[in-house]
Amino acid sequence: MPAVSKGDGMRGLAVFISDIRNCKSKEAEIKRINKELANIRSKFKGDKALDGYSKKKYVCKLLFIFLLGHDIDFGHMEAVNLLSSNKYTEKQIGYLFISVLVNSNSDLISLINNAIKNDLSSRNPTFMNLALHCIANVGSREMAEAFAAEVPRILVAGDTMDSVKQSAALCLLRLNRTSPDLVLMGEWTARVVHLLNDQHLGVVTAATSLITTLAQKSPEDFKTSVSLAVARLSRIVSSASTDLQDYTYYFVAAPWLSVKLLRLLQCYPPPEDGAIRGRLTECLETILNKAQEPPKSKKVQHSNAKNAVLFEAISLIIHHDSEPTLLVRACNQLGQFLQHRETNLRYLALESMCTLASSEFSHEAVKTHIETVINALKSERDVSVRQRAVDLLYAMCDRSNAKQIVAEMLSYLETADYSIREEIVLKVAILAEKYAVDYTWYVDTILNLIRFAGDYVSDEVWYRVIQIVINRDEVQGYAAKTVFEALQAPACHENLVKVGGYILGEFGNLIAGDSRSSPLIQFDLLHSKFHLCSVPTRALLLSAYIKFINLFPEVKGTIQEVLRSDSQLRNADVELQQRAVEYLRLSSIASTDILATVLEEMPPFPERESSILAKLKRKKGPGNLHPDLDENRKERSANGGTVAASPTPSTDLLGLGSTITTQNSAPPASKGTSLLVDVFSENIAAFPVETPVAVGPVADENFSRDISYIPTVHWGTLGIFVGIQSWQSIQFINPKIPDMRCLPLAPFPSRFVCKNNGVLYENQLLQIGLKSEFRQNLGRMYVFFGNKTSTQFMNFGWPFTAPYCAFFLTVSLQLNVHAKPADPTVDGGAQLQQILNIECMSDFVDAPVLNIQFRYGGTLQNVAVKLPITLNKFFQPTEMTSQDFFQRWKQLGAPQQEVQKIFKAKHSMDTEVTKAKIMGFGAALLDGVDPNPSNFVGAGVIHTKTTQVGCLLRLEPNTQAQMYRLTLRTSRDTVSQRLCDLLSEQF
Amino acid sequence: MQFMLLFSRQGKLRLQKWYVPLSDKERKKISRDLVQTILARKPKMCSFLEWRDLKIVYKRYASLYFCCAVEDQDNELITLEIIHRYVELLDKYFGSVCELDIIFNFEKAYFILDEFLLGGEAQETSKKNVLKAIEQADLLQECTFPV
Repeated sequence: MPAVSKGDGMRGLAVFISDIRNCKSKEAEIKRINKELANIRSKFKGDKALDGYSKKKYVCKLLFIFLLGHDIDFGHMEAVNLLSSNKYTEKQIGYLFISVLVNSNSDLISLINNAIKNDLSSRNPTFMNLALHCIANVGSREMAEAFAAEVPRILVAGDTMDSVKQSAALCLLRLNRTSPDLVLMGEWTARVVHLLNDQHLGVVTAATSLITTLAQKSPEDFKTSVSLAVARLSRIVSSASTDLQDYTYYFVAAPWLSVKLLRLLQCYPPPEDGAIRGRLTECLETILNKAQEPPKSKKVQHSNAKNAVLFEAISLIIHHDSEPTLLVRACNQLGQFLQHRETNLRYLALESMCTLASSEFSHEAVKTHIETVINALKSERDVSVRQRAVDLLYAMCDRSNAKQIVAEMLSYLETADYSIREEIVLKVAILAEKYAVDYTWYVDTILNLIRFAGDYVSDEVWYRVIQIVINRDEVQGYAAKTVFEALQAPACHENLVKVGGYILGEFGNLIAGDSRSSPLIQFDLLHSKFHLCSVPTRALLLSAYIKFINLFPEVKGTIQEVLRSDSQLRNADVELQQRAVEYLRLSSIASTDILATVLEEMPPFPERESSILAKLKRKKGPGNLHPDLDENRKERSANGGTVAASPTPSTDLLGLGSTITTQNSAPPASKGTSLLVDVFSENIAAFPVETPVAVGPVADENFSRDISYIPTVHWGTLGIFVGIQSWQSIQFINPKIPDMRCLPLAPFPSRFVCKNNGVLYENQLLQIGLKSEFRQNLGRMYVFFGNKTSTQFMNFGWPFTAPYCAFFLTVSLQLNVHAKPADPTVDGGAQLQQILNIECMSDFVDAPVLNIQFRYGGTLQNVAVKLPITLNKFFQPTEMTSQDFFQRWKQLGAPQQEVQKIFKAKHSMDTEVTKAKIMGFGAALLDGVDPNPSNFVGAGVIHTKTTQVGCLLRLEPNTQAQMYRLTLRTSRDTVSQRLCDLLSEQF
Repeated sequence: MQFMLLFSRQGKLRLQKWYVPLSDKERKKISRDLVQTILARKPKMCSFLEWRDLKIVYKRYASLYFCCAVEDQDNELITLEIIHRYVELLDKYFGSVCELDIIFNFEKAYFILDEFLLGGEAQETSKKNVLKAIEQADLLQECTFPV
């Protein structure tokens, strides 16, 4: 038996634990536990009052059962009772139970808080510590409310014992993490900072953590901590190893405190004061020097503690990024570790060097280690170390070594662990694009990626290769030849079929002159893969076939034959069947000219940030993307100024701006007036179509008038289409992410119809605020994402998206929304601002959906809210005289132009409020127009890009009946209806 | 630090300390995942691994694994030594500690941890001071205080 003499043996508990340990099976254990639970329940319920010892013993047993992984739903009250016991041992167990089994039961929380309050004011340090530990362990909002004001007082009071100060400091840190809004240091700030000068190193250790947390939140308030931290650090670093007595750990002076101080300094830029800065540089140099000294002990603890300080010092050096000598020394030190026999050190050196690679001062120094890193990739036995090597290769890559690094990564890919293949694929794809000098190399690399790891090549990667091939004439012929050759392999990956289908469909003509790749051979090759492919790929191949009909009239018959076969025309899949039917018809009725126009080569894609990069960012957070974060810095040092491939971050990230899509709604066989119209309404309208960028979105009626508006048949299914244009939308349509927590789509509060600012959405984690302004058909919306927690949101992204395809179609036609890419992290308590530029193309009903995803506490959170962009936002008020008003009112007299609604008042019928709402709605309020003064009359113009719609409105309140009658007259029926719907919800 | 777990070679959880609010279900899932991941690793492998968006630092002592989850910016090596210092504290208190001591005196293991780490940060790194605090508490065990 273990040391029973220590404190209080509870025999019953020991016996119970032994029993459990002796259970031969899970069932036996559960049986024993149930027996015990029944026993405890009956004891707690029994008439006989339990003595403190028994209560403690049973509570302890319950705790043990809970820690075994079983649910406990009683005993909380007994535990709370123990808190106010006059026996220390009982109190202690009570606190432990409460700390472990946090219970948000509110009546208990007030009892617990009461007990804590008593102990805090007991002036007995042991009791105070128990209470503070409990607050720090539970850290709930209720506790923060009760104690956030009290704990700072305890922390800085002159007569507080050191051990209590330590607990108070970390207790406050925890409260600040859970409820930063409640922890206000205010007048205590200076005294808390001065704890860095405390004589007791334990107090300094605890206080440094607290100050670091607070300084992250409000750096300005805690600025004075820098000089104190430097002074403290300097004293520790220069002390003999015995000076600090028990704070020396295996011959290293106060390693924990040193690490914390170095961490605190990373909240700030390099000190401006020369003397402080000099002292800090001295400290850092001393730490680097010590790394070169022979070890004072062979124990791993010695080297770990020493190197912990060293790595933290290097982090600070990298953070400051201002002292070239220190950066290069750090790099050399890490270089030594790259070949250390300790796996841990090799791992950390690779990791740390990754950040060094992004500094212009040390980038070249890092590059000298390339052979060692490549070797690590090949020889390390631990996958997590190899992963770091991949990251470092990625970070150190530039134009000078790209070919070597990409080649090494590709060859590693063949044997790489499955868990990291997808990431390697993304990285190779990015590097190949970024540093491609000639695009044949790029195309070869991507095809190799598909060959070696086709399953791990995500859609973004093959979308991207197509975007690039389409945008660059010089590589199209080569790409066609290469995919043609690659497709010869008897077994090729489906992703290759997709790329091959797309590229041959566009550029197959460039290799058709060679008899070995004649049109028919190309077609037969593609079609030989058809039956092995999934539905989306087959759909893509069908589009390739119709493109072939245009490119190579000689194979028209063969292809029509294929389209006509039962397996196509009567395919069970509706998308395939529809394509077969429509393509067949298109190929039969359209003249060569029309086919050539409709099936024209795809226009270049607008240059935008690589979607692959966005995907990698999402996967990894910003930390591992140094080459791109430091794009400018790196480009400066890279040789050769022509950076054709460097992705330009575009404001049009989502591609909504250049896209018009038409929903598949046209009924077949409409008797159109011209063939052109027929083609449009019967066939093209059935596909997602895209207009060339220059044309811009246009209203429907313009399509048939102007030949230049003929759209090009677009590739793929809608999913693919949306994907290429805006891969982010795909995520919503087809979420691939497991354990995603989906919240229901939240509508915006109706007050936003008449208001432009306010809080749009709020939950425990996140608050979304809005500020917006609209002018004519343009608008700008500032969206503020507030992180209400104390932890960082990772992978923060907010693809602007639609919940389902149809929706996407409607909105993309009528609203243009541009957003810049978001910073992928939002710190605890911090706010992220996003600007949306909005353009109203034509009148619309559905509001766009803002879909936000982020990672919090390991789980993906997903929030979808409708943005309050409503048609009336594009109102410009128009003042007019009574005479004008009625004249226009009469002009708009056609039955479909007027929409009227009679409805019951939902709010009190206050005249001033009503006026404010009508003005907020956007119309000019016209006084003295209506003969009845209690009526309201308004006028304005809805601005859209295509048209302007004049609107008149009249609201007649009937206070007796508590009813309103609202009449809208506009030149367009859809506008009348929409405005009436929106406005009638307001009263 | 976000949490600390102690578990046996058989995968039995012996101690769990959470410094971030998580539901019971999440805790169980995390423990299960991590225990599995770590037990599958070979002895000579590195003590750190990336897991979700956290860094895991672990070390095995005899039959017990000590495992800490820290955030991205946290220092791995010093975390490794946090584990070691905790082991030293247990060792000193129980007199060459073994898994059974922690099973039968789990409450003590928690008390010692609270004196050493609070809110996920090192509170007192001096071995003497931590043990002194625990001994003082032990002395008070049976004392009765006026209420």
